[in-house]
Amino acid sequence: MGAIRFDNVGRIYGNKQDGFEALKGVELEIADKEFMAVVGPSGCGKTTCLRFVAGFDRPTSGMVSVDGVKVTKPGPDRAVVFQQFALMPWKTVRENIELGLRNKGVPRAERRERIDRILALMNLTGYADAFPHQLSGGMQQRVSIARAYVLDPEVLLMDEPFGALDAQTRVVMQEELVRLARRNPRTVMFITHAVEEAVYLADRVAIMARQPGRVKEIIDIRSIREAERWDDHEKIEDVMDLESFVHLRTQIWRSLRQEKAMEIA
Amino acid sequence: MRDMRIFDTNNTVVLGLIGFGGFLAVWTLLSLSGLIPSLFLPSPAAVVERFVYLLNHRFAGGTLVDHLGASMLRFAGGFGLAVLVGIPLGLLMGWFRLLDDIVTPLFDAVRFIAPIAWVPFAALWFGTGIGGPIMIIFAGAFPPCLINAYRGAKFADPRLIEAARMLGTPDRRMITEILLPSAVPSIIAGLRISAGLGWQSLVGAELIVASTGIGYMMVQGQGNVSTTTVMAGMIGIGIIGLVIDVVLRRVEEAILRRRGLSA
Repeated sequence: MGAIRFDNVGRIYGNKQDGFEALKGVELEIADKEFMAVVGPSGCGKTTCLRFVAGFDRPTSGMVSVDGVKVTKPGPDRAVVFQQFALMPWKTVRENIELGLRNKGVPRAERRERIDRILALMNLTGYADAFPHQLSGGMQQRVSIARAYVLDPEVLLMDEPFGALDAQTRVVMQEELVRLARRNPRTVMFITHAVEEAVYLADRVAIMARQPGRVKEIIDIRSIREAERWDDHEKIEDVMDLESFVHLRTQIWRSLRQEKAMEIA
Repeated sequence: MRDMRIFDTNNTVVLGLIGFGGFLAVWTLLSLSGLIPSLFLPSPAAVVERFVYLLNHRFAGGTLVDHLGASMLRFAGGFGLAVLVGIPLGLLMGWFRLLDDIVTPLFDAVRFIAPIAWVPFAALWFGTGIGGPIMIIFAGAFPPCLINAYRGAKFADPRLIEAARMLGTPDRRMITEILLPSAVPSIIAGLRISAGLGWQSLVGAELIVASTGIGYMMVQGQGNVSTTTVMAGMIGIGIIGLVIDVVLRRVEEAILRRRGLSA
Protein backbone atom coordinates (compact mmCIF):
# COMPACT_ATOMS: atom_id res chain seq x y z
CA MET A 1 0.00 0.00 0.00
CA GLY A 2 1.15 3.55 -0.59
CA ALA A 3 -1.37 5.60 -2.56
CA ILE A 4 -0.76 9.35 -2.44
CA ARG A 5 -3.60 11.83 -2.72
CA PHE A 6 -3.58 15.63 -3.03
CA ASP A 7 -7.01 16.97 -2.22
CA ASN A 8 -7.56 20.62 -3.23
CA VAL A 9 -4.13 21.52 -1.81
CA GLY A 10 -3.08 25.16 -1.51
CA ARG A 11 -0.12 26.96 -0.02
CA ILE A 12 -0.02 30.66 0.74
CA TYR A 13 3.09 32.42 2.05
CA GLY A 14 2.26 35.40 4.25
CA ASN A 15 -1.30 36.16 5.32
CA LYS A 16 -4.39 34.72 3.68
CA GLN A 17 -5.62 37.97 2.09
CA ASP A 18 -2.60 39.36 0.26
CA GLY A 19 0.08 36.73 0.76
CA PHE A 20 1.83 34.95 -2.11
CA GLU A 21 -0.23 32.05 -3.42
CA ALA A 22 2.33 29.40 -4.36
CA LEU A 23 -0.10 26.53 -4.89
CA LYS A 24 -3.82 26.55 -5.54
CA GLY A 25 -6.28 23.68 -5.84
CA VAL A 26 -3.71 20.98 -6.51
CA GLU A 27 -5.42 17.70 -7.32
CA LEU A 28 -3.28 14.63 -7.85
CA GLU A 29 -3.62 10.94 -7.19
CA ILE A 30 -0.70 8.56 -7.38
CA ALA A 31 -1.76 4.93 -7.25
CA ASP A 32 -0.03 2.28 -5.18
CA LYS A 33 3.20 1.18 -6.93
CA GLU A 34 2.79 3.83 -9.58
CA PHE A 35 5.78 5.87 -10.81
CA MET A 36 4.63 9.47 -11.17
CA ALA A 37 6.97 12.10 -12.58
CA VAL A 38 6.15 15.75 -11.96
CA VAL A 39 7.48 18.33 -14.40
CA GLY A 40 6.96 22.06 -14.52
CA PRO A 41 8.70 25.42 -14.79
CA SER A 42 10.82 26.76 -11.92
CA GLY A 43 8.69 28.16 -9.15
CA CYS A 44 5.60 26.09 -9.95
CA GLY A 45 5.78 24.49 -6.50
CA LYS A 46 6.62 20.93 -7.52
CA THR A 47 9.24 20.54 -4.81
CA THR A 48 6.81 22.01 -2.27
CA CYS A 49 4.29 19.32 -3.24
CA LEU A 50 6.89 16.64 -2.62
CA ARG A 51 7.74 18.20 0.75
CA PHE A 52 4.09 17.95 1.75
CA VAL A 53 4.12 14.20 1.15
CA ALA A 54 7.45 13.90 3.00
CA GLY A 55 5.92 15.78 5.95
CA PHE A 56 8.55 18.55 5.93
CA ASP A 57 5.97 21.24 5.12
CA ARG A 58 2.23 21.55 5.43
CA PRO A 59 -0.34 22.95 3.03
CA THR A 60 -2.34 25.98 4.18
CA SER A 61 -5.49 24.48 2.69
CA GLY A 62 -6.62 21.08 1.52
CA MET A 63 -5.08 17.79 2.53
CA VAL A 64 -2.24 15.49 1.51
CA SER A 65 -2.73 11.87 2.49
CA VAL A 66 -1.06 8.51 2.05
CA ASP A 67 -3.41 5.53 2.09
CA GLY A 68 -6.15 7.85 3.33
CA VAL A 69 -4.15 9.00 6.35
CA LYS A 70 -3.29 12.70 6.54
CA VAL A 71 0.46 13.36 6.47
CA THR A 72 1.57 15.24 9.61
CA LYS A 73 5.26 14.48 10.01
CA PRO A 74 8.22 12.83 8.23
CA GLY A 75 8.75 9.11 8.57
CA PRO A 76 10.61 6.15 7.08
CA ASP A 77 7.46 4.90 5.32
CA ARG A 78 8.03 7.84 2.92
CA ALA A 79 11.73 7.80 2.07
CA VAL A 80 13.20 10.85 0.35
CA VAL A 81 16.09 11.05 -2.11
CA PHE A 82 17.39 14.61 -2.14
CA GLN A 83 18.97 16.47 -5.04
CA GLN A 84 22.02 17.29 -2.91
CA PHE A 85 22.23 13.70 -1.55
CA ALA A 86 22.12 14.87 2.11
CA LEU A 87 24.45 12.13 3.36
CA MET A 88 26.00 12.57 6.80
CA PRO A 89 29.63 13.46 6.02
CA TRP A 90 30.84 11.97 9.33
CA LYS A 91 29.29 8.58 8.65
CA THR A 92 30.62 5.89 6.32
CA VAL A 93 28.47 4.57 3.48
CA ARG A 94 27.38 1.65 5.65
CA GLU A 95 26.62 3.88 8.64
CA ASN A 96 24.58 6.25 6.47
CA ILE A 97 22.47 3.41 5.11
CA GLU A 98 22.24 1.83 8.55
CA LEU A 99 20.74 4.82 10.40
CA GLY A 100 17.17 4.28 9.22
CA LEU A 101 17.34 0.55 9.96
CA ARG A 102 18.65 1.21 13.48
CA ASN A 103 15.86 3.71 14.04
CA LYS A 104 13.40 0.99 13.05
CA GLY A 105 15.00 -1.40 15.55
CA VAL A 106 16.18 -3.92 12.96
CA PRO A 107 18.63 -6.36 14.63
CA ARG A 108 22.32 -6.07 13.80
CA ALA A 109 22.68 -9.29 11.80
CA GLU A 110 19.68 -8.46 9.64
CA ARG A 111 20.93 -4.91 9.13
CA ARG A 112 24.24 -6.20 7.85
CA GLU A 113 22.56 -8.58 5.48
CA ARG A 114 20.10 -6.02 4.11
CA ILE A 115 22.84 -3.42 3.63
CA ASP A 116 25.11 -5.89 1.84
CA ARG A 117 22.25 -6.77 -0.47
CA ILE A 118 21.38 -3.16 -1.31
CA LEU A 119 25.07 -2.29 -1.79
CA ALA A 120 25.36 -5.07 -4.34
CA LEU A 121 22.16 -3.96 -6.06
CA MET A 122 23.42 -0.39 -6.33
CA ASN A 123 26.93 -1.38 -7.51
CA LEU A 124 28.49 -0.10 -4.30
CA THR A 125 30.10 -3.30 -3.02
CA GLY A 126 33.55 -2.48 -1.72
CA TYR A 127 32.63 1.07 -0.73
CA ALA A 128 30.86 0.27 2.54
CA ASP A 129 33.61 1.82 4.65
CA ALA A 130 34.22 4.88 2.47
CA PHE A 131 33.13 8.34 3.54
CA PRO A 132 30.80 10.28 1.22
CA HIS A 133 33.46 12.86 0.31
CA GLN A 134 35.63 10.08 -1.07
CA LEU A 135 32.93 9.16 -3.62
CA SER A 136 31.86 10.77 -6.90
CA GLY A 137 28.51 12.56 -7.14
CA GLY A 138 26.91 9.62 -8.92
CA MET A 139 28.07 7.20 -6.24
CA GLN A 140 26.90 9.50 -3.47
CA GLN A 141 23.47 9.57 -5.06
CA ARG A 142 23.51 5.77 -5.27
CA VAL A 143 24.18 5.69 -1.53
CA SER A 144 21.29 8.08 -1.01
CA ILE A 145 18.98 5.87 -3.08
CA ALA A 146 20.24 2.79 -1.21
CA ARG A 147 19.53 4.55 2.09
CA ALA A 148 15.94 5.07 0.96
CA TYR A 149 15.38 1.66 -0.67
CA VAL A 150 16.83 -0.35 2.22
CA LEU A 151 13.94 0.79 4.40
CA ASP A 152 11.55 -0.90 1.98
CA PRO A 153 9.30 2.17 2.08
CA GLU A 154 5.78 2.29 0.72
CA VAL A 155 6.52 5.59 -0.91
CA LEU A 156 9.71 6.88 -2.50
CA LEU A 157 10.02 10.63 -2.96
CA MET A 158 12.72 11.82 -5.34
CA ASP A 159 13.42 15.52 -5.66
CA GLU A 160 15.43 16.03 -8.86
CA PRO A 161 17.74 13.24 -7.72
CA PHE A 162 19.92 13.40 -10.84
CA GLY A 163 19.94 17.18 -11.16
CA ALA A 164 23.39 17.56 -9.63
CA LEU A 165 25.02 14.86 -11.78
CA ASP A 166 26.88 15.17 -15.07
CA ALA A 167 25.13 14.00 -18.25
CA GLN A 168 26.79 10.57 -18.57
CA THR A 169 26.32 9.66 -14.93
CA ARG A 170 22.76 10.82 -15.18
CA VAL A 171 21.98 8.40 -18.00
CA VAL A 172 23.52 5.48 -16.12
CA MET A 173 21.51 6.35 -13.02
CA GLN A 174 18.30 6.62 -15.02
CA GLU A 175 18.83 3.16 -16.50
CA GLU A 176 19.59 1.74 -13.08
CA LEU A 177 16.53 3.36 -11.58
CA VAL A 178 14.32 1.89 -14.30
CA ARG A 179 15.68 -1.59 -13.56
CA LEU A 180 15.23 -1.05 -9.82
CA ALA A 181 11.72 0.32 -10.20
CA ARG A 182 10.59 -2.52 -12.49
CA ARG A 183 12.07 -5.22 -10.30
CA ASN A 184 10.94 -3.77 -7.00
CA PRO A 185 8.05 -1.42 -7.70
CA ARG A 186 7.16 1.28 -5.17
CA THR A 187 4.92 4.28 -5.25
CA VAL A 188 7.30 6.92 -6.58
CA MET A 189 6.87 10.68 -6.83
CA PHE A 190 9.73 11.93 -8.99
CA ILE A 191 10.33 15.65 -9.45
CA THR A 192 12.36 16.71 -12.48
CA HIS A 193 13.07 19.49 -14.94
CA ALA A 194 14.05 17.06 -17.66
CA VAL A 195 11.18 15.97 -19.89
CA GLU A 196 13.06 12.98 -21.40
CA GLU A 197 13.83 11.72 -17.94
CA ALA A 198 10.16 11.94 -16.96
CA VAL A 199 8.97 10.09 -20.06
CA TYR A 200 11.66 7.42 -19.77
CA LEU A 201 11.06 6.67 -16.08
CA ALA A 202 7.42 7.30 -15.30
CA ASP A 203 4.09 5.53 -15.61
CA ARG A 204 2.40 8.93 -15.77
CA VAL A 205 3.71 12.48 -15.98
CA ALA A 206 1.99 15.34 -14.19
CA ILE A 207 2.60 18.74 -15.79
CA MET A 208 2.40 21.68 -13.44
CA ALA A 209 1.70 25.31 -14.22
CA ARG A 210 2.68 28.35 -12.19
CA GLN A 211 1.19 31.49 -10.69
CA PRO A 212 -0.49 29.95 -8.91
CA GLY A 213 1.10 26.49 -8.96
CA ARG A 214 -1.32 23.75 -9.97
CA VAL A 215 -1.50 20.45 -11.86
CA LYS A 216 -2.38 21.33 -15.42
CA GLU A 217 -2.34 18.04 -17.25
CA ILE A 218 -1.55 14.39 -16.66
CA ILE A 219 -0.08 12.30 -19.47
CA ASP A 220 -0.26 8.53 -19.45
CA ILE A 221 3.03 6.92 -20.47
CA ARG A 222 2.61 3.40 -19.21
CA SER A 223 0.01 2.16 -21.68
CA ILE A 224 2.16 3.35 -24.58
CA ARG A 225 5.36 2.00 -23.06
CA GLU A 226 3.77 -1.41 -22.66
CA ALA A 227 2.13 -1.37 -26.09
CA GLU A 228 5.41 -0.33 -27.73
CA ARG A 229 7.52 -2.63 -25.50
CA TRP A 230 10.04 0.02 -24.41
CA ASP A 231 11.38 -2.24 -21.72
CA ASP A 232 12.76 -4.60 -24.36
CA HIS A 233 15.41 -1.96 -25.04
CA GLU A 234 18.20 -1.95 -22.55
CA LYS A 235 19.72 1.43 -23.42
CA ILE A 236 18.09 4.76 -22.87
CA GLU A 237 19.11 6.11 -26.30
CA ASP A 238 17.33 3.23 -28.03
CA VAL A 239 14.12 4.07 -26.20
CA MET A 240 14.57 7.76 -26.93
CA ASP A 241 14.78 6.97 -30.65
CA LEU A 242 11.35 5.32 -30.73
CA GLU A 243 8.63 7.27 -32.46
CA SER A 244 6.24 6.77 -29.55
CA PHE A 245 8.81 8.23 -27.15
CA VAL A 246 9.48 11.25 -29.34
CA HIS A 247 5.76 11.85 -29.72
CA LEU A 248 5.15 11.87 -25.94
CA ARG A 249 8.16 14.04 -25.29
CA THR A 250 6.98 16.57 -27.85
CA GLN A 251 3.49 16.57 -26.39
CA ILE A 252 4.85 17.43 -22.94
CA TRP A 253 7.20 20.05 -24.34
CA ARG A 254 4.29 21.77 -26.09
CA SER A 255 2.29 21.81 -22.94
CA LEU A 256 5.21 23.34 -21.02
CA ARG A 257 5.89 25.85 -23.77
CA GLN A 258 2.32 27.12 -23.62
CA GLU A 259 3.12 27.93 -20.04
CA LYS A 260 6.23 29.85 -21.00
CA ALA A 261 4.37 31.74 -23.71
CA MET A 262 1.73 32.78 -21.22
CA GLU A 263 4.42 33.94 -18.85
CA ILE A 264 5.99 36.21 -21.44
CA ALA A 265 2.65 37.59 -22.64
CA MET B 1 58.85 39.88 -5.14
CA ARG B 2 61.07 36.80 -4.69
CA ASP B 3 62.50 38.31 -1.53
CA MET B 4 58.98 38.53 -0.13
CA ARG B 5 58.75 34.74 0.08
CA ILE B 6 59.37 34.90 3.78
CA PHE B 7 56.03 36.72 4.13
CA ASP B 8 54.21 33.99 2.25
CA THR B 9 51.09 33.20 4.27
CA ASN B 10 52.06 29.51 4.25
CA ASN B 11 55.13 30.35 6.23
CA THR B 12 53.27 30.83 9.51
CA VAL B 13 56.01 29.41 11.71
CA VAL B 14 58.55 31.91 10.40
CA LEU B 15 56.09 34.78 10.75
CA GLY B 16 55.28 33.71 14.30
CA LEU B 17 58.97 33.64 15.18
CA ILE B 18 59.37 37.13 13.69
CA GLY B 19 56.67 38.34 16.08
CA PHE B 20 58.38 36.79 19.10
CA GLY B 21 61.81 37.97 17.96
CA GLY B 22 60.63 41.54 17.47
CA PHE B 23 59.01 41.58 20.87
CA LEU B 24 62.17 40.26 22.55
CA ALA B 25 64.33 42.75 20.66
CA VAL B 26 62.26 45.75 21.80
CA TRP B 27 62.21 44.42 25.33
CA THR B 28 66.00 43.88 25.37
CA LEU B 29 66.69 47.33 23.91
CA LEU B 30 64.43 48.99 26.45
CA SER B 31 66.04 47.25 29.42
CA LEU B 32 69.59 47.84 28.07
CA SER B 33 68.92 51.52 27.38
CA GLY B 34 68.75 52.17 31.14
CA LEU B 35 65.69 54.38 30.65
CA ILE B 36 63.63 52.07 32.85
CA PRO B 37 64.91 50.75 36.22
CA SER B 38 65.45 46.98 36.13
CA LEU B 39 62.95 46.52 38.97
CA PHE B 40 60.23 47.99 36.76
CA LEU B 41 61.30 46.12 33.67
CA PRO B 42 63.71 43.23 34.27
CA SER B 43 65.81 42.20 31.28
CA PRO B 44 64.83 39.04 29.33
CA ALA B 45 68.02 37.36 30.51
CA ALA B 46 67.17 38.02 34.18
CA VAL B 47 63.66 36.67 33.69
CA VAL B 48 64.90 33.54 31.94
CA GLU B 49 67.45 33.01 34.67
CA ARG B 50 64.72 33.35 37.31
CA PHE B 51 62.47 31.04 35.31
CA VAL B 52 65.12 28.32 35.22
CA TYR B 53 65.90 28.86 38.90
CA LEU B 54 62.24 28.49 39.85
CA LEU B 55 61.97 25.26 37.88
CA ASN B 56 63.97 23.43 40.56
CA HIS B 57 63.91 25.72 43.59
CA ARG B 58 60.96 26.16 45.90
CA PHE B 59 59.31 29.53 46.14
CA ALA B 60 56.06 30.25 48.01
CA GLY B 61 55.69 26.57 48.88
CA GLY B 62 56.79 24.90 45.67
CA THR B 63 58.74 25.01 42.43
CA LEU B 64 57.33 26.65 39.32
CA VAL B 65 56.40 23.18 38.10
CA ASP B 66 54.50 22.47 41.35
CA HIS B 67 52.58 25.72 41.03
CA LEU B 68 51.76 25.17 37.39
CA GLY B 69 50.71 21.62 38.23
CA ALA B 70 48.33 22.85 40.95
CA SER B 71 46.91 25.44 38.55
CA MET B 72 46.44 22.93 35.78
CA LEU B 73 44.60 20.60 38.10
CA ARG B 74 42.14 23.37 38.96
CA PHE B 75 41.94 24.32 35.31
CA ALA B 76 41.17 20.73 34.34
CA GLY B 77 38.40 20.66 36.95
CA GLY B 78 36.75 23.93 35.94
CA PHE B 79 37.24 23.51 32.21
CA GLY B 80 36.10 19.88 32.32
CA LEU B 81 32.96 20.86 34.20
CA ALA B 82 32.25 23.67 31.71
CA VAL B 83 32.61 21.23 28.80
CA LEU B 84 30.49 18.53 30.44
CA VAL B 85 27.66 20.94 31.24
CA GLY B 86 27.99 23.50 28.45
CA ILE B 87 28.13 21.25 25.40
CA PRO B 88 25.16 18.99 26.20
CA LEU B 89 23.10 21.97 27.37
CA GLY B 90 23.99 23.95 24.23
CA LEU B 91 23.02 21.04 21.97
CA LEU B 92 19.74 20.51 23.82
CA MET B 93 18.96 24.22 23.50
CA GLY B 94 19.75 24.02 19.81
CA TRP B 95 17.20 21.23 19.34
CA PHE B 96 14.42 21.94 21.85
CA ARG B 97 12.88 25.34 21.20
CA LEU B 98 11.24 25.48 24.63
CA LEU B 99 14.53 25.04 26.47
CA ASP B 100 16.12 27.65 24.21
CA ASP B 101 13.38 30.18 25.03
CA ILE B 102 13.71 29.55 28.76
CA VAL B 103 17.49 29.50 29.13
CA THR B 104 18.75 32.00 26.54
CA PRO B 105 17.54 35.27 28.17
CA LEU B 106 18.91 34.23 31.57
CA PHE B 107 22.18 33.10 30.07
CA ASP B 108 22.57 36.29 28.04
CA ALA B 109 22.28 38.34 31.23
CA VAL B 110 24.60 36.22 33.37
CA ARG B 111 27.39 35.74 30.86
CA PHE B 112 28.37 39.42 30.94
CA ILE B 113 29.43 39.14 34.57
CA ALA B 114 33.21 38.89 34.59
CA PRO B 115 34.49 35.63 36.13
CA ILE B 116 36.51 37.64 38.66
CA ALA B 117 33.27 39.17 39.96
CA TRP B 118 32.35 35.72 41.26
CA VAL B 119 35.41 35.65 43.53
CA PRO B 120 33.65 36.61 46.79
CA PHE B 121 30.91 34.03 46.29
CA ALA B 122 33.30 31.40 44.99
CA ALA B 123 35.38 31.77 48.17
CA LEU B 124 32.26 31.79 50.34
CA TRP B 125 30.57 28.79 48.74
CA PHE B 126 33.45 26.57 47.73
CA GLY B 127 36.46 27.81 49.75
CA THR B 128 39.85 29.04 48.59
CA GLY B 129 41.41 25.60 48.11
CA ILE B 130 40.21 23.91 44.94
CA GLY B 131 36.44 24.51 44.84
CA GLY B 132 36.46 28.31 44.65
CA PRO B 133 38.98 28.59 41.81
CA ILE B 134 37.19 25.82 39.92
CA MET B 135 33.98 27.80 40.07
CA ILE B 136 35.73 30.89 38.73
CA ILE B 137 37.32 28.95 35.87
CA PHE B 138 33.93 27.46 35.18
CA ALA B 139 32.42 30.96 35.04
CA GLY B 140 35.01 31.92 32.42
CA ALA B 141 35.01 28.72 30.40
CA PHE B 142 31.30 27.87 30.39
CA PRO B 143 29.80 30.56 28.10
CA PRO B 144 31.86 29.78 24.96
CA CYS B 145 31.20 26.04 25.42
CA LEU B 146 27.48 26.61 25.60
CA ILE B 147 27.24 29.28 22.91
CA ASN B 148 29.27 27.38 20.34
CA ALA B 149 27.52 24.06 20.92
CA TYR B 150 24.20 25.89 20.67
CA ARG B 151 25.13 27.72 17.46
CA GLY B 152 26.61 24.58 15.95
CA ALA B 153 23.38 22.70 16.57
CA LYS B 154 21.11 25.58 15.60
CA PHE B 155 22.89 26.15 12.29
CA ALA B 156 23.36 22.49 11.40
CA ASP B 157 22.59 21.85 7.72
CA PRO B 158 18.77 21.73 7.56
CA ARG B 159 18.96 19.21 4.71
CA LEU B 160 20.79 16.75 6.94
CA ILE B 161 18.22 17.28 9.67
CA GLU B 162 15.42 16.65 7.20
CA ALA B 163 17.19 13.52 5.99
CA ALA B 164 17.53 12.29 9.56
CA ARG B 165 13.88 13.05 10.33
CA MET B 166 12.82 11.23 7.20
CA LEU B 167 14.79 8.22 8.47
CA GLY B 168 12.74 8.29 11.68
CA THR B 169 15.62 9.39 13.93
CA PRO B 170 14.48 9.87 17.55
CA ASP B 171 15.45 13.02 19.51
CA ARG B 172 18.27 11.43 21.48
CA ARG B 173 19.97 9.99 18.44
CA MET B 174 19.34 13.24 16.56
CA ILE B 175 21.41 15.07 19.17
CA THR B 176 24.23 12.56 19.49
CA GLU B 177 24.56 11.48 15.85
CA ILE B 178 23.44 14.50 13.83
CA LEU B 179 23.66 17.73 15.85
CA LEU B 180 26.82 16.88 17.80
CA PRO B 181 28.90 15.92 14.75
CA SER B 182 27.49 18.92 12.84
CA ALA B 183 28.50 21.19 15.69
CA VAL B 184 32.00 19.77 16.15
CA PRO B 185 33.88 22.48 14.22
CA SER B 186 31.97 25.18 16.11
CA ILE B 187 32.45 23.34 19.42
CA ILE B 188 36.19 23.07 18.93
CA ALA B 189 36.41 26.77 18.12
CA GLY B 190 34.43 27.30 21.34
CA LEU B 191 36.77 25.06 23.31
CA ARG B 192 39.73 27.15 22.20
CA ILE B 193 38.07 30.35 23.37
CA SER B 194 36.83 28.59 26.47
CA ALA B 195 40.26 27.24 27.38
CA GLY B 196 41.74 30.71 26.91
CA LEU B 197 39.15 32.41 29.09
CA GLY B 198 39.27 29.62 31.66
CA TRP B 199 43.05 29.79 31.95
CA GLN B 200 42.89 33.59 32.29
CA SER B 201 40.18 33.37 34.93
CA LEU B 202 42.18 30.78 36.84
CA VAL B 203 45.16 33.02 37.25
CA GLY B 204 42.90 35.91 38.23
CA ALA B 205 41.20 33.71 40.78
CA GLU B 206 44.48 32.48 42.24
CA LEU B 207 45.73 36.02 42.69
CA ILE B 208 43.04 36.35 45.32
CA VAL B 209 41.89 33.06 46.76
CA ALA B 210 44.37 30.23 46.41
CA SER B 211 47.23 29.13 48.58
CA THR B 212 49.08 27.34 45.77
CA GLY B 213 49.23 27.74 42.01
CA ILE B 214 50.93 29.95 39.52
CA GLY B 215 48.79 33.00 40.35
CA TYR B 216 49.57 32.59 44.04
CA MET B 217 53.27 32.34 43.26
CA MET B 218 53.07 35.60 41.33
CA VAL B 219 51.34 37.38 44.23
CA GLN B 220 54.07 36.17 46.53
CA GLY B 221 56.65 37.41 44.03
CA GLN B 222 54.94 40.79 44.08
CA GLY B 223 55.02 40.78 47.89
CA ASN B 224 58.77 40.13 47.83
CA VAL B 225 59.26 42.83 45.18
CA SER B 226 60.60 40.15 42.84
CA THR B 227 59.39 41.32 39.44
CA THR B 228 61.44 38.59 37.78
CA THR B 229 59.29 36.01 39.63
CA VAL B 230 56.12 37.68 38.37
CA MET B 231 57.45 37.64 34.82
CA ALA B 232 58.66 34.05 35.09
CA GLY B 233 55.09 33.21 36.13
CA MET B 234 53.75 35.06 33.12
CA ILE B 235 56.03 33.04 30.85
CA GLY B 236 54.79 29.82 32.45
CA ILE B 237 51.18 30.90 31.89
CA GLY B 238 51.89 31.78 28.29
CA ILE B 239 53.61 28.49 27.54
CA ILE B 240 50.80 26.40 29.03
CA GLY B 241 48.19 28.50 27.23
CA LEU B 242 49.99 28.05 23.94
CA VAL B 243 50.26 24.29 24.49
CA ILE B 244 46.52 24.02 25.20
CA ASP B 245 45.72 25.97 22.06
CA VAL B 246 48.07 23.98 19.85
CA VAL B 247 46.60 20.70 21.09
CA LEU B 248 43.03 21.86 20.40
CA ARG B 249 44.01 23.11 16.96
CA ARG B 250 45.53 19.73 16.12
CA VAL B 251 42.31 18.01 17.18
CA GLU B 252 40.31 20.42 15.00
CA GLU B 253 42.50 19.78 11.96
CA ALA B 254 42.28 16.01 12.43
CA ILE B 255 38.49 16.10 12.56
CA LEU B 256 38.14 18.36 9.54
CA ARG B 257 40.56 16.23 7.55
CA ARG B 258 38.59 13.10 8.38
CA ARG B 259 35.53 14.72 6.82
CA GLY B 260 37.40 15.94 3.78
CA LEU B 261 36.79 19.57 4.70
CA SER B 262 40.38 20.77 4.59
CA ALA B 263 43.49 20.13 2.58
